[in-house]
Amino acid sequence: MAHLPLAASWYQDQDFIRGLYIIAFALFILGLRMLSHPRTARRGNQVAAVGMAIAVVATLLDERIGNWGLIVLGIAVGTAIGIPAARSVKMTAMPQMVALFNGVGGGAVALIAWAEFRHAGGDLPLDSIIPNVFAAIVGSVSFWGSNIAFAKLQELISGRPIMLPGQRLVNAVLLLGTLAVGCALMAGSESEALFILLLVLAAVFGNMVVLPIGGADMPVVISLLNAFTGLSAAAAGIALDNIALIVAGMLVGASGSILTNLMAKAMNRSIPAIVAGGFGGGPSGGAGPAGAEDRSVRSTSPEDVAIQLAYASKVVVVPGYGMAVAQAQHAVRDLAAELERRGVEVLYAIHPVAGRMPGHMNVLLAEADVPYEQLKEMDDINPEFPTTDVSLVIGANDVTNPAAREQRDSPIYGMPILDVDKSQSVIVLKRSMNPGFAGIENELYYEEKTSMLFGDAKGSVESVLAELKQL
Amino acid sequence: MDILTEIAILVLAAFVGFEVISKVPNTLHTPLMSGTNAIHGIVLLGGLLVVGEAGGETLNEVLATIAIAFGTINIVGGFLVTDRMLEMFKKRPDPKAASAQRDAQEGS
Repeated sequence: MAHLPLAASWYQDQDFIRGLYIIAFALFILGLRMLSHPRTARRGNQVAAVGMAIAVVATLLDERIGNWGLIVLGIAVGTAIGIPAARSVKMTAMPQMVALFNGVGGGAVALIAWAEFRHAGGDLPLDSIIPNVFAAIVGSVSFWGSNIAFAKLQELISGRPIMLPGQRLVNAVLLLGTLAVGCALMAGSESEALFILLLVLAAVFGNMVVLPIGGADMPVVISLLNAFTGLSAAAAGIALDNIALIVAGMLVGASGSILTNLMAKAMNRSIPAIVAGGFGGGPSGGAGPAGAEDRSVRSTSPEDVAIQLAYASKVVVVPGYGMAVAQAQHAVRDLAAELERRGVEVLYAIHPVAGRMPGHMNVLLAEADVPYEQLKEMDDINPEFPTTDVSLVIGANDVTNPAAREQRDSPIYGMPILDVDKSQSVIVLKRSMNPGFAGIENELYYEEKTSMLFGDAKGSVESVLAELKQL
Repeated sequence: MDILTEIAILVLAAFVGFEVISKVPNTLHTPLMSGTNAIHGIVLLGGLLVVGEAGGETLNEVLATIAIAFGTINIVGGFLVTDRMLEMFKKRPDPKAASAQRDAQEGS
């Protein structure tokens, strides 16, 4: 479609297009804001999608747009791949799908940087070549790093840390080499071979950085790469003088790094420790020899517990000595009442030796006016756990330890336990990571579906209740 | 636009990005990551602009077309996957009625 340079319509005016861009990134900001609250999250995503549609349409109005055949081809192919992939992916495979989508975004940035370099014959002004080189490096790292992350999560390659001898040194050399080539390009080299070398070095670096990272840390790595892709998009925006790219890319770069930090914190890990991969020798503050196995517990917040509970359909409360010590039974009763008002089924699992005397829990809960029908003995409640959305363990430890079932050498092997680990997810309210009465570690705390809310049982339950009331 | 204006916009956008994400419950980490991921699919715009400049040069056209396809995958896949994740937060019918009732009572 040939455009008419002199008879440009009002909608092809650059100011009109930029006006649409401003609307688009206002919608992005609004969408991001809504995405961080459970009630508005889904609408937030839709708001951002509308912003994206506006940005794309605005760009297509631009007079410089040509080659419509290729545009239609590219968009058609992208849609034909993207929609079925997003539709068919299983919920459990979401993280690797996000990694893949993030990777192609980074790949697009690197390709655009390359095409731009070729178009200018390598002769770009300084304020274009610097962001262009940056976009090429980061885009390439992000593309390959995300692909490795995908392959690890999809178990195409081993999820365990893969270490090569002297890998740290190799990585450092790769990074320095990439930067050196980048500097040469910025200093005015017009060699396309050098630009390709830049992309290749960055690609190898991206592979090498993600390979040594263990599977459990992968979500944090994906989030980090996501932030990187955002930064590279912003850089591409400066190179191309496109305000929508600058703003949207930087928004993602900034919010993505905050999010990465939050995710790392939630897993009790630090970002440098994750990126250093297998080098750290286990997380700091790990409990003695267990640290060597690189086990980490997931700690959670009252508001997060509140959300999990509010969207559950069946919650089983597992009280123990900790509830008795903290005198938390009244708070627990209030929490259960609030959940029931929201249509959540609440049951109590009473282990015969929970607490310090038989019937300890029944007495306490009866004192707090918990309806008797809700108190279930161990043999009645155990078949219920597989259909339980959330088990809320309040100060109980040994009576939930799966070691009693599985580990023959455990001192409590053979003791009947509450099968808390069979429920969909487990929240443990506990003062600290100290082992319980029997002095043995509880495997349950290290399971992926378990999250820990540390603190005094009464205080924790009360703050969960306060959060729940706000939802 | 001159480079300093662009850098000013960049810096301001960075601060907005930092501020907009303050407290996020753990449950929303993955959807939020996925949502921001979809937004950087905006690189599609770069592909659209570059393909017009390609001017019949085959390799440039190929690069730009792949970039457009990649950007499109990033956008449609990203938003769709995020939406699917957030579907889980849809209230089930029973509590929904209850909370709607409560909202009506509280007039909020």
